[in-house]
Amino acid sequence: MSFKQASWSERTLFRMGKEGRRGHILPQVEDGVRQMVGDLWTLIPDSMRRRIPVRLPELSEPEVVRHFIHLSQMNYGVDSGLYPLGSCTMKYNPKINESLANLPSLNMLNPYQNESTVQGILKILYTLARWIAEITGTHEVCLHPAAGAHGELLGTLLMHACLKSNGECEKRTELVVPDSAHGTNPASAAMAGFTVIVVPSGDDGCIDIEALKSTVSEQTAGLMLTNPNTLGFFEKEIEEIAEIIHEAGGLLYYDGANLNPLLGIARPGDMGFDIVHINIHKTFSTPHGGGGPGAGPVGVRKELARFLPVPRITFDGKFYHLDYKRPQSIGKIGSFYGNVAVLLRAYAYILSLGFEGLKESAEISVLNANYLVKKLADVRGITLPYDQKRPRKHECVFSAAQLKRDTGVSAANVAKRLLDYGLHAPTMYFPLIVDEALMIEPTETFEKEELDRFAEAIYRISNEAYSNRKVVMEAPHNTAVSRLDEVKASHPRTMALSWRMYRKKPMQKN
Amino acid sequence: MTIHVHNYIPNSVPGTKRQMMQTIGITNIEELYADIPAALRLKKRLDLPKEGLPEFEVKKHVEKLLSTSKTCDSMPVFLGAGCWPHYIPAVVKEIVERSEFLTSYTPYQPETSQGMLQALFEYQSLICELVGMDVANSSMYDWASALGEAARMASRITKRREILVPEIIHPDRLATLKVYAEPAGIQIKQLGYDSEIGQLDMDSLEKRISTNTAAVYIENPSYLGFIESQAEEIQAQTHKAGALFIVGVDPTSLGILKPPGEYGADIVIGEGQPLGNAMNYGGPLLGIMACREDNNLIRQMPGRIIGITTTLDGTQEGFCMVLQTREQHIRREKATSNICTNEALCAVASCVYLALLGPQGMKELGETVISRANYAIKVLSQIEGIKTPVFRSHHFKEFTVNFDPAGKDTKTVNTSLLQRNIHGGKDISNEFPALGQTALYCVTETHSKSDIDQLAEALTEILEAKR
Repeated sequence: MSFKQASWSERTLFRMGKEGRRGHILPQVEDGVRQMVGDLWTLIPDSMRRRIPVRLPELSEPEVVRHFIHLSQMNYGVDSGLYPLGSCTMKYNPKINESLANLPSLNMLNPYQNESTVQGILKILYTLARWIAEITGTHEVCLHPAAGAHGELLGTLLMHACLKSNGECEKRTELVVPDSAHGTNPASAAMAGFTVIVVPSGDDGCIDIEALKSTVSEQTAGLMLTNPNTLGFFEKEIEEIAEIIHEAGGLLYYDGANLNPLLGIARPGDMGFDIVHINIHKTFSTPHGGGGPGAGPVGVRKELARFLPVPRITFDGKFYHLDYKRPQSIGKIGSFYGNVAVLLRAYAYILSLGFEGLKESAEISVLNANYLVKKLADVRGITLPYDQKRPRKHECVFSAAQLKRDTGVSAANVAKRLLDYGLHAPTMYFPLIVDEALMIEPTETFEKEELDRFAEAIYRISNEAYSNRKVVMEAPHNTAVSRLDEVKASHPRTMALSWRMYRKKPMQKN
Repeated sequence: MTIHVHNYIPNSVPGTKRQMMQTIGITNIEELYADIPAALRLKKRLDLPKEGLPEFEVKKHVEKLLSTSKTCDSMPVFLGAGCWPHYIPAVVKEIVERSEFLTSYTPYQPETSQGMLQALFEYQSLICELVGMDVANSSMYDWASALGEAARMASRITKRREILVPEIIHPDRLATLKVYAEPAGIQIKQLGYDSEIGQLDMDSLEKRISTNTAAVYIENPSYLGFIESQAEEIQAQTHKAGALFIVGVDPTSLGILKPPGEYGADIVIGEGQPLGNAMNYGGPLLGIMACREDNNLIRQMPGRIIGITTTLDGTQEGFCMVLQTREQHIRREKATSNICTNEALCAVASCVYLALLGPQGMKELGETVISRANYAIKVLSQIEGIKTPVFRSHHFKEFTVNFDPAGKDTKTVNTSLLQRNIHGGKDISNEFPALGQTALYCVTETHSKSDIDQLAEALTEILEAKR
């Protein structure tokens, strides 16, 4: 189990190159054009001319390529190995979807083209929206949100629109979120103008029903919930939860970050959720790209469809259209119609798996997570909080609290040491209700041997913690750089957020 | 035939499945779902393709659907309006398809993600140079949402609740701004324009600006393509009222136009798509957001920011995410925004693009675009029945073409153009009724002289037909 990441000590672009070098040559202006327009400076008002050339580095094409290849070699992706970040669903990103997303027949389309010239992509988007509605058990789906949190924002805005049309928006100002919720939930609720009310989880790791009952009131706008929750448990009282919220006059919002284990098994719409967002870049296999782009479509039940952003894609039996005539629409949440190239990949993914394949991927993701629960059960210092017997779904959360008490080795240390074994770390310190949390989501992508390798690494790290803790405390050793000073990076005295800032306050190396 | 073993799911092999179930102590995967109430279990097969297709068939299927597209590869297309056709150097595509970048997550573990972190830091740095600012975040979703976030940011900083924006603004950008602003109690007020030259009406600004104004927002070049030349004066008025000055840009103009940092912008936003990202029917895009080095601004900035640091032992420089206490995963409902997943890979594409073009390339890009666009204006304005541009101002890459003198409506003209295998500009007659039958045309370095000449010929024919 040896691993050594490339370590190039690659200089930043600004320290490279030489005056006069060129990385790309643009088409030249034709003589006829030049003659007709005359002196270029007359085309720009005097007050608006750039006087000093942009201070960009001057590099040749091979230098640029080499620089970024070096950088890529100092980066770990899901193609490098297990990437068990909990709630992030780092599954394999099929290569065929990449080649389809790079087709010029998609790349070269402007969003304002005449509908007759874009029927193919409209059909793909229309069909995908229907499929997502079917998978989530919702009535209509909007593909516009560019990310999960963007979907959450849309969802909470839809709640607001619904309240407004019922004349209840002054009254219902509280949005309830569990203490185990993803951070985006309370942030989205606040962004849409709601007051966030936190409801605690019970001893079983699920929402405390009694606490929920005492939380809801005439002020309740709704509840944001992910199911399975961030401990990997299915909220088995979901029917009662839905009833409590609906009886209180609120709406139920589904955070789809954890939908993967339920594909073809159960649907949020059937559980009583009114608004559902899904993460295309999680459940539907599109690449995360180091943080994006993703896509976060939102599905709603019938009564809410009239509030969805414009345009809606419609089909008249022959042609697909963009329909802007939706008087009750909330308007727009972004420039055009969503991250189309990402959505196309999801379309191809569903086509590649079909219903049977999607269900299989859900089942195997759950199998893999529970397999790891078993494999890690007797690692010294690592414990599994909450019900030992109850099956997890897509992810499991372990605690390194005992290990820390015994040896001083924290969840963060374990995570850093995992990097040394050529694995990615799990999500750490989340959910907040687990002390020294290590949240592990293996997904269906990885074969048994890779899961075994992960379990073996955790074993070794535990042994190291009890016998030679220095090696763990000082990890990572085999990555491009050793442990970074993240505090220093945000300290006002040393903070450099761009090359400009860096130049102004040269950082001391020690 | 059912494909029992899927190529994306290694443990779907029955033997492996059995072995793993044995380890867990179950005999059927169903046992892992036993806690889901029976009433909630799906009893039917969903209305999806039943079984997956082999890769070859998926490829054929999607290619066939998209083959009906007509693109700017098969005809000259004069559309822009926030999503512009620019050539993407082959190097850019090569780099963003590197799977170490493509398949990585948000760099939460910096030591194993230095490549992405450095590339994003370089993106931030290059954007700062281009727009003349000190700090840039590592991306927003797009220009429209960046505007919404910038308005909220300005309101938080000034504790004021009014944003002044020009009447000449992309209507969808304005619609997005309204949706973002309303829940924060922010009012949007619009500023008029000079009907001859399109420039912002300074009297309107003077009348509307007050101690309630959180920010004044302008776009340069404007939505209708002309260069706003009173930026300095607008800046002075804005700052006099204690408001922030937000400027929206098309970054391809900044090789030849004065960067907003030089005319007093506090926050710069814009659309980064034209810097190395394909149009893709409108997404993914790349929201630019930058600001001055001012702690009040930086602390209120939404989104992820990458900074330089050193290793703990101080021997090596490295990169990591900074100021995470602004963000939702730490601050939850008190975060500056809910944004998490952003457009990182598009930012990397723009980083590579700017590294390739360099100062000379960006200058030549601007020169080529402004030359070709002004050539088009000159050629089209010679056609009887056309008024172009509507506003007597300097235009960069987009410009208005009015068909009122010919008594034709834009829709008809565009239909006739399409019959001649040319896609005309965006019909903005409904967006700006005061401008009559008008289309917004876009010309970049990808439009050759012959494309423009072909357009002129076609328009001459179409407009003559009636007379």
